[in-house]
Amino acid sequence: MGIKSLDDLKKIREDSLKKVNLRETGKDGENITEIMVGMATCGIAAGARVTLAALLDEISKNNLENIRIIQVGCLGYCHSEPIVQINQPGKEPLLYGNVDDKKARDIINKHILKNELLDDSIIINTFQKA
Amino acid sequence: MDKIRSHIMVCGGTGCVSSHSEELISALKAALVTAGYDQEISVIKTGCFGFCGQGPIVKIHPDNVFYVQVTPNDAEEIVKEHIVKGRTVHRLLFEEPEMKGKLESHDDMTFYKKQYRIALRNCGLINPENIDEYIAFRGYEALGKVLTEMTPEDVFYMIKESGLRGRGGGGFPTGLKWELTSKSEGTEKYIICNADEGDPGAFMDRSILEGDPHSVLEAMVIGGYATGAHQGIIYIRAEYPLAIKRLKIAMDQARDYGLIGKDIFGSGFDFDIIIRLGAGAFVCGEETALIHSVEGLRGEPTKKPPFPSESGYKGKPTTVNNVETFANICPIILNGSPWFKNIGTETSKGTKVFALAGNVNNVGLVEVPMGTTLREIIFDIGGGIQDGKGFKAVQTGGPSGGVITTLDLDTPIDYESLKNIGSMMGSGGMIVMNDTTCMVNIAKFYLEFTQDESCGKCTSCRIGTKRMFEILTKITNGDGTMDDLEHLDALARMIKDTALCGLGQTAPNPVLSTMNYFHDEYLEHVNDKYCRAGTCKALSKYSIIADKCIGCTACARVCPVKCIEGKAKEVHVIDQSKCISCGACFDACKFDAVLKP
Repeated sequence: MGIKSLDDLKKIREDSLKKVNLRETGKDGENITEIMVGMATCGIAAGARVTLAALLDEISKNNLENIRIIQVGCLGYCHSEPIVQINQPGKEPLLYGNVDDKKARDIINKHILKNELLDDSIIINTFQKA
Repeated sequence: MDKIRSHIMVCGGTGCVSSHSEELISALKAALVTAGYDQEISVIKTGCFGFCGQGPIVKIHPDNVFYVQVTPNDAEEIVKEHIVKGRTVHRLLFEEPEMKGKLESHDDMTFYKKQYRIALRNCGLINPENIDEYIAFRGYEALGKVLTEMTPEDVFYMIKESGLRGRGGGGFPTGLKWELTSKSEGTEKYIICNADEGDPGAFMDRSILEGDPHSVLEAMVIGGYATGAHQGIIYIRAEYPLAIKRLKIAMDQARDYGLIGKDIFGSGFDFDIIIRLGAGAFVCGEETALIHSVEGLRGEPTKKPPFPSESGYKGKPTTVNNVETFANICPIILNGSPWFKNIGTETSKGTKVFALAGNVNNVGLVEVPMGTTLREIIFDIGGGIQDGKGFKAVQTGGPSGGVITTLDLDTPIDYESLKNIGSMMGSGGMIVMNDTTCMVNIAKFYLEFTQDESCGKCTSCRIGTKRMFEILTKITNGDGTMDDLEHLDALARMIKDTALCGLGQTAPNPVLSTMNYFHDEYLEHVNDKYCRAGTCKALSKYSIIADKCIGCTACARVCPVKCIEGKAKEVHVIDQSKCISCGACFDACKFDAVLKP
């Protein structure tokens, strides 16, 4: 399908916006929880593939629905890679750092299932964006 | 199901821990237990908030209230007032210096968020392999606007107006570069994206390509339209396989949507992009050498003029822009040049991405408005120096730049101010060094890199950098003379004046700037055969103070080369001819008997 005008582009934008709005505003388009994993070279080198696999494993073990895993680029917090961001409807997005296999499983079993935040792992977002 | 209704987040960064945030956490936990709220409120220790000057920091989630300079004594009041009664403790809110008002919500704090992301706006936010997510965040809207509403002149005029300058290091005005190519004769023109990121320690271009490849593709099409080029080339080093993979995916998706290819947005404008892989030579970041490499020739620079805007790829007018420069284009088109001009300093507009590395706590990528001071970057965003050591210097501009010392920590950084203090912006690598770094050795490290990367075309760079490296090696081996220092200085200035391209012209900078700021260290190496940092192995001789040694044998047991002699309960002696200056004995001695050089 080709885009031949700004209107065509707008249509795609509006459709996609519903899916990504959660990340910035916590506003929920589809009542889905998103888990974003930083998968740039820095993240992968720090073990983000293991993190990703652990998240997927726990999600399938717990038969969780309405949850989506997304791989994203580098957030800049290289000192704490692998980085995982949790976007839940109605809540401020939350960042976790140094997420290894165990912490990834804790994120699903504690944060997602029991709303318990993980100690020592939260990173505070320190930038504004154009 | 949600048992815990609120979280008290306390900063556990190094800065805040040193101002007693651990005690604060225990005090808060105790206060919650007393109030009987410990089952529904939990206290969480977080990473650095990047606001260390105001620590310890406490944030209440989800209320988004932000307290500063909280002491363990304040814990009870926070629990009693905020948690139990739901009333904000106004005394502890942060007061914004300029506004004189107390800010309740954390997101209102402009001062706290020192970083402002333009080039990195989508990195970590979108899935780089999904074009729809890019489009959701206004992707390709700038291209649509350019092709349907603007003439090429409008575009380069707008970029010129914005004050955007090349982010690869030189700082040439981007709009002017586009205008020059546009006004060159001929219909066959090219636009090249320079993704040959070569500075040791810099990785912002890689991160942009990996995290937001479409922002570069879109800007290249816009640049092509503005300059009259129909072919774009991305020159990227083969060491960046993930960036290459994501670029290829992005190009396929953009082609499917008709956003690159023929008749884009129905405007009749055709543009396509190809990828050329480089072998990762530092000199190929220089635009004329890069163009030769794209042509399949040796990556060697040629004299300018003629500039690539007149005669570049295949002898045709060519624009070469850096990845980060491209990443700034679309927000300028969408928000207008006045918006961009508002950010930054008099001569340097917008933001700059820095790769913060070295002996700093929060290693990472930071994007700050031009005019931010090094102190803010290193101590607030970077969280200070690792292991509580002191700050000595920071190297900006990689092997082409120089060191900046405590004297200049409060200089607002932009292209000009960095040049004035003997360094340069470069591509944005920022290597922080603590007070145990040997500056002569640092100069040697960079010269080792440049003499290796010199392409060999011009004599001054090929032979000059090699000779400088040899002199520095001689000094760090303890064989330096005062003549060597003079020769080093003369050589450095000569190479700077006579080298053909930027690589050679800037290669002496690390030597010149360390000789300027740390001359006494050079003198110590030469005259006293002494390296105060203990880095130069040949000069750092450990010894044992006989009066303090009790003969516990701890040092002899850890010495990896067995150069410490002595019987139990007798004074030990180090054989300095065998000593490798590893420092293991110093760490092992419990009686301060080992003298560190």
